[in-house]
Amino acid sequence: MVVIVDYDAGNLKSVERACREVGLSAEISSDPKRIRSAARIIFPGVGAAGSAMRSLAASGVDRALVNAFEAGTPILGICLGLQISLEHSEENDTDTLGLLPGEVRRFRLDDPVLKVPHMGWNAVRVVRPHPVLDGIQQGDEFYFVHAYRPIPANSADVIAESVYEGPFCSALGRANYVATQFHPEKSGRAGLSLLERFVEWDGRIDA
Amino acid sequence: MLSKRLIACLDVRDGHLAKSIKFVDTRNIGDPVAKAREYYVDGLDELVFYDITASSEGRRIILDVVEAVAEQVFIPLSVGGGVASVADATDLRLAGAEKINVNSAAVRRPGLIAECAEAIGDQNVVLSMDIRRVDRSARMPSGYEIVINGGRKPMGIDALEWAKQGERLGAGELVVNSIDADGTREGYELSLTRMLSEAVRIPVIASGGAGEPDHLYDVLTDGKADAALVASMVHYGDYTVSGLKRHLHERGVKMRMSW
Repeated sequence: MVVIVDYDAGNLKSVERACREVGLSAEISSDPKRIRSAARIIFPGVGAAGSAMRSLAASGVDRALVNAFEAGTPILGICLGLQISLEHSEENDTDTLGLLPGEVRRFRLDDPVLKVPHMGWNAVRVVRPHPVLDGIQQGDEFYFVHAYRPIPANSADVIAESVYEGPFCSALGRANYVATQFHPEKSGRAGLSLLERFVEWDGRIDA
Repeated sequence: MLSKRLIACLDVRDGHLAKSIKFVDTRNIGDPVAKAREYYVDGLDELVFYDITASSEGRRIILDVVEAVAEQVFIPLSVGGGVASVADATDLRLAGAEKINVNSAAVRRPGLIAECAEAIGDQNVVLSMDIRRVDRSARMPSGYEIVINGGRKPMGIDALEWAKQGERLGAGELVVNSIDADGTREGYELSLTRMLSEAVRIPVIASGGAGEPDHLYDVLTDGKADAALVASMVHYGDYTVSGLKRHLHERGVKMRMSW
């Protein structure tokens, strides 16, 4: 059983459906107790950092997530879930959870033809082997929708990169926490396969 | 870098897949859920459902169809047709739609775009525009006019101005549908698509008129579109999704080729 964290941050049902497709029963919950006791957690989200953090603080889910992280529960962050696991976001100038050191900044592109948000399918290059990214094959692309990009302070936390004008961190991982800037639930076979790996993952990264 | 997207549009009427020619002669061509699944498995990048009768004959959004498709299709799903309020948009999102297309109701009441953007996020609001060619005039300087109600009602609004206003109000994407080209299979309307794509900073989806693989190539290169929408080409079995993508890839267009 996986708990999908509910904090008024967009469409959780697509994540739930994708979990079901890979044979994983999921429960959508905003109860801090359920989150602390979950075997594994998916922390999704679309929307803005400011309102997301307010909602997490109001329900106490922010502390529950920190507790689960410290207790070693495997956690998968997706999109905004990834972004607010760092320390600060330029979006709404918001202090965020701080599971990992780093910040989030808006894309600033020189090429006037490139559009923000970065929306559509893009390749993901694994730069540091990780059990959850293990199934990504040459040529696989994933679906992105975001105007801000994560910048982990510690380059060892960057496990995959994508290119939009320049390279940016498209997946990060430390200990039992792994997160993708793209949406595995909307990325076809490649995304479902990533969710499958997460389901099997024991929360450890073997060097 | 981003790939260009191939999008299939399923026009739905009474829960069945329909395809119009010049927006009028609609024919029933099958089960939308089965088609959606078939295209997904064959490498489609995004799906659009359009309830083609919703605007003029009252609200008949096919929530059940959307829900059934969302259960088995794991790519972005966009739905439109008769969306007139934030509540309509929210219902569709709950049924499983990622993006919501607004069209006629937004022309009548532009504030709808901003309200939807606030409620579900800019990136999920798609402004779908039905456009016909007209003589250039002081009122219609671009030579293109917005038409609503499934192509039946000209609005006296310049298409270029409307596209820019839609972006300002918070639309995250534009669908540029040429009524003159729709169903003709003679190619997208390139000059219209290019004009709008150059005028906005949000992605543009070209729609209406595709009949051959090179029509897609033309609109994704010359037409400067970010995505090409097809319907008849794939619905009748003349072409496959994977075949079209392979053709574009071989001609040098960046496409997602692994699925």
